[in-house]
Amino acid sequence: VSRAPRISLPALAGITMGLFAAAIVLVFYYAPVDPDQGLSQKIFFFHVPIALTAYACFGWGAWKALLHLWKRTPGSDLESYVAIHQGVIFGSLTLLTGSVWARISWGVWWVWSDDQLVLFLVLFLFYCAYFMLRYSVPPGVSRENMCAVYALFGVVLIPISFLAIRISRSIIHPEVFTRHGPQMTNGQFLTFCVCWLAMMFLFATLYMIELAGKRLDIQLRELRELLS
Amino acid sequence: VTPSEKYTAAAYLIVFVGVLAYVLIIASKLQRIQRQVAALVEQVREKDLHEPAAEGESG
Repeated sequence: VSRAPRISLPALAGITMGLFAAAIVLVFYYAPVDPDQGLSQKIFFFHVPIALTAYACFGWGAWKALLHLWKRTPGSDLESYVAIHQGVIFGSLTLLTGSVWARISWGVWWVWSDDQLVLFLVLFLFYCAYFMLRYSVPPGVSRENMCAVYALFGVVLIPISFLAIRISRSIIHPEVFTRHGPQMTNGQFLTFCVCWLAMMFLFATLYMIELAGKRLDIQLRELRELLS
Repeated sequence: VTPSEKYTAAAYLIVFVGVLAYVLIIASKLQRIQRQVAALVEQVREKDLHEPAAEGESG
């Protein structure tokens, strides 16, 4: 059986570090300063890729949950849990960086009238509640099934949250990616792509580290039970 | 330092502090696993020490 080539964890961490170094250089030395917003526009290069990575984490978690329910793939419940945990971390960073950007751009930390913000918060809180569910049910097949179903329900919110800017036609949260392409210069777009790639690699690295730790924990527990 | 520079630095700092905090949590977890492995190794050693003696007594 041929297996897809897997990248080692140290190599993945190395690539992530390289991409982050490149992203920082591009953000502060290559991408032109926005004439409208000035330096604060550079928050965009981390804020938007973090938000997109959070969607990817939740999506990956839902995919693993589907695999658990559909094919009963061993370990997919744990993989789904770790992906959602990563999603919540990236989601918190999205909300925090977004708040800082809102403060400098709009003069407020939060706007309840903006659909994009509120829908992202709903998505974030929905997945926060996943942990409440997981830790309120004793471990076993029923917990795995319940968590998988919950993770799958949340995936519905992702396209709604993602398309909220287009749906609401908000003025304060402008639409950057339109049918005519990205509304930014080539330099800004290249910087954005590198930043997003860096964030996706960061997710992959943290996901693999956390997964390795969780698996080690389970194996240790089994070993302890065997020895006792 | 202009407010724009201050807020931009704050946003980037949040990301790096967040990632660093995560690494710190993972590091403390690894330490805990290391301690548990050491305790298990000790448990196995003790078992090894006691078992030959028990076998000798019965034989």
